[in-house]
Amino acid sequence: MNAQTSSAASSTAGAFLARFEGLREHLPGGRLPWLAKLRAEAAAFFAAAGLPNRRIEAWRYTDLAPIAQAGFSEALTLAAEAPALPPMRAPYRAVFVDGRFAENLSVMPEAYPCGSLAAGLDGTESRLGALAEDLPLVALNTMLFEDGLLLDLPAGAEGGVIEMLSVASHASRPIAFHPRHLIRLGDGASLTLIETSLGPAEATYLHNPVFEIAVGAGATLSHVRIQREGRAGFQLSTVHAAVQAGGTYDNFTLNAGARLVRNEIHASLLGPKAACHMNGAQLAGDGQHADTTTFLDHAAPDCASRQTYKTVLAGKSRGVFQGKILVRQAAQRTDGYQMNQALLLSEEAEIDAKPQLEIYADDVKCSHGATVGALDEAQLFYLRARGIPAEQARAMLVQAFLVEAVEGVTDPIAQAALAEATEGWWEREAA
Amino acid sequence: MAAVAETLETVQAANDGGYKWGFETDIAMEFAPKGLNEDIVRFISAKKNEPEWLLEWRLKAYAMWLKMEEPEWAAVKYPKIDYQDAYYYAAPSNKTVPKSLDEVDPELLRTYEKLGIPVQEQQRLQGIAVDMVFDSVSVATTFKDRLAKEGIIFCSISEAVQNHPELVKQYLGSVVPQGDNYFACLNSAVFTDGSFVFIPKGVRCPMELSTYFRINAKSTGQFERTLIIAEAGSHVSYLEGCTAPMRDENQMHAAVVELVAMDDATIKYSTVQNWYPGDAEGKGGIYNFVTKRGACRGARSKISWTQVETGSAITWKYPSCMLLGDDSVGEFYSVAITNNHQQADTGTKMWHVGKNTRSTIVSKGISAGQGQNTYRGLVKVSPKATGARNFTQCDSLLIGDQCGAHTVPYIENRCATAKVEHEATTSRIAEDQLFYCRSRGLTQEEAVGLIVNGFCREVLKELPMEFAVEAQKLLAISLEGSVG
Repeated sequence: MNAQTSSAASSTAGAFLARFEGLREHLPGGRLPWLAKLRAEAAAFFAAAGLPNRRIEAWRYTDLAPIAQAGFSEALTLAAEAPALPPMRAPYRAVFVDGRFAENLSVMPEAYPCGSLAAGLDGTESRLGALAEDLPLVALNTMLFEDGLLLDLPAGAEGGVIEMLSVASHASRPIAFHPRHLIRLGDGASLTLIETSLGPAEATYLHNPVFEIAVGAGATLSHVRIQREGRAGFQLSTVHAAVQAGGTYDNFTLNAGARLVRNEIHASLLGPKAACHMNGAQLAGDGQHADTTTFLDHAAPDCASRQTYKTVLAGKSRGVFQGKILVRQAAQRTDGYQMNQALLLSEEAEIDAKPQLEIYADDVKCSHGATVGALDEAQLFYLRARGIPAEQARAMLVQAFLVEAVEGVTDPIAQAALAEATEGWWEREAA
Repeated sequence: MAAVAETLETVQAANDGGYKWGFETDIAMEFAPKGLNEDIVRFISAKKNEPEWLLEWRLKAYAMWLKMEEPEWAAVKYPKIDYQDAYYYAAPSNKTVPKSLDEVDPELLRTYEKLGIPVQEQQRLQGIAVDMVFDSVSVATTFKDRLAKEGIIFCSISEAVQNHPELVKQYLGSVVPQGDNYFACLNSAVFTDGSFVFIPKGVRCPMELSTYFRINAKSTGQFERTLIIAEAGSHVSYLEGCTAPMRDENQMHAAVVELVAMDDATIKYSTVQNWYPGDAEGKGGIYNFVTKRGACRGARSKISWTQVETGSAITWKYPSCMLLGDDSVGEFYSVAITNNHQQADTGTKMWHVGKNTRSTIVSKGISAGQGQNTYRGLVKVSPKATGARNFTQCDSLLIGDQCGAHTVPYIENRCATAKVEHEATTSRIAEDQLFYCRSRGLTQEEAVGLIVNGFCREVLKELPMEFAVEAQKLLAISLEGSVG
């Protein structure tokens, strides 16, 4: 990074900080002393750290300079008219417009607490920030969040399927929003959460969500994230999940939209026999940058983790996968597996991969694999010899490449949302 | 059964005792004043009677080094090094340069004999020519005349500076520039000796070339510089070995090795690194900060690195290949063992620039005791490297629950037709494997030795024969006391 962009980055950090100074009294929970303190601490941390730059090892492949140059502000007023929403798929839907909960557009379950974080901040002192680590983007979120989903599923409850919809409104100037989602599953509870993020094609905006997810003993959360932000938008998301004994956290993330996306997932397996599955697909076309960074912390014995990530790159695009598995000394008999594969469809695409194992326990079985390559000419030839046109054959092979990552999504509603998001991708990008 | 018998013998030999190279040779030495400054750089250059350009080159490196910061990204921990608290030049004080082996101080020759290095030309074993480097200077090189007949130059780099200045000037720093990294930069300023090899066009070197490095004096750093040039169509196999006395203090070894392979040339570079690793409590041992890089400049050239890293308290080493010529080939085969408190952060860089370049990486890491072992590697494919191919395999073996094994591979691909594959596994020695061996009458330690040798076989088979035997013994010794 040259001096110019780095000063631009720090001035952006300065702009966010200045907005915090101006807004701090008016942000939700401004009168709660503990929250005011939390926000002030986050601001101090963010002021010291600044926006991440490429000299930081975890950011060596993703440059936030385009964000630094955009000059974002908050959406101070709600969009005049409600944005067009896709039809409801699940029985419940929580809608967020520019990071704020839109009650009138949402249908919420009544059997358990689930709603706006801004409205329920009072009881969250022990939870807010408890799972998130000290990371610059998390601090930015803590400093400026206005709302988010607050969900508390009691022990043993069956939460069903909830859709989460995050929509960016048409705004005339670049807006930034930083929703904070607190999700807790009591022991033995189960829930499927399908989150879709959307935005207008031409608007420049920053969506910087942070999830703090607590999965109780024996509980199961299936978290499907479908990122379809507008092609001029930015998404920097951080998920922190803590899984207790026997619990399972499944994360599937599709990155299809946005000019630049960073999808960072931190999962900690804290009790014996906890499990985590992280799967994902990244489809990046001309001008897009897609980054998935995962961190799996095996802190207890007898846990298992599985990761499968597939990246398909077309046009002048860049894909990044960084995945670290940490096996602590206590985590004996860990079974960890990670695979990431990338398909380069264009001469101008670039893929950077950094799988990483850090292991301090001896009785473990850990492996990772990575492959990078083009479509197999022999397979193409095979299909064409059977009368399938070249473009269609390519599309088939791309789809086949993705199957391994996508097949982990078993919920039919999620499958439908996923199919809709990926349909015709190849045809659009190849054109 | 041959393998079992061999291993039994190996393990038997291992039981003779720990680090048997830990003796110290008592010999009159000449030192530069302690510390590091511009005068020391001048002193070294003057001692070696170097031409003006080389002194300038050193001083430029020193000026750069002063502005650089010690790298902290490697997964190794050590107290801050005081660069002023060491001698940067130490040499046996023999006024005249020995013309032949007969003139070399017999005490020195005895040292190398004790280390098992064939110093007498008549005792040639499989025909190995040896350059012996003792602290800062090369003390002898065998078979020079025999090699000269083929037009091969094999001598110490100090001699090369005197006798072949044009070659040294052309190639020195052309693969690892002065400012490449902190330790290479320090080396550029204060390097003292090392080997120089030049293989002329079309010549296949008739014997293995070898350098044996020995740190002997207290509080010294060893900064050797090796330069190997293989002209078009030539072939050379080079071996490197190293040991040091057992001491409580940490000594530094910061070497730079540069390889240049032209069209159709092949360089095979093998290392058995056995610097003193420190004692069981982690006291003492060598800090091994080494920059090794080969440039495959010519089409169809090939550079192959094989390393067995068993010694050193800290190993920081990434032998790399720049695959510039079309169809050139880079290989990296590595075994790294860390026992007790040893730390190793080692791996390779394969940089694909030419078309249809290929690289293979096979890394085997073994951690025991409280050892920390990291594989760190980069495979980079440039947009023009169409048809490039890489395969990487990293396997780690953990023995005991106090050690760590880490894998950090980087893949950066900007070429759609390139194919890059990486796989890594981590495991421990399976109970059923141990049980199988034990039920056939092997002791626990023998069984582990056997299994570890099997685990490393893919790499060991790349070593020249006589080195492979030594390496197998070393593996067993390094793991001593790690099971039970």
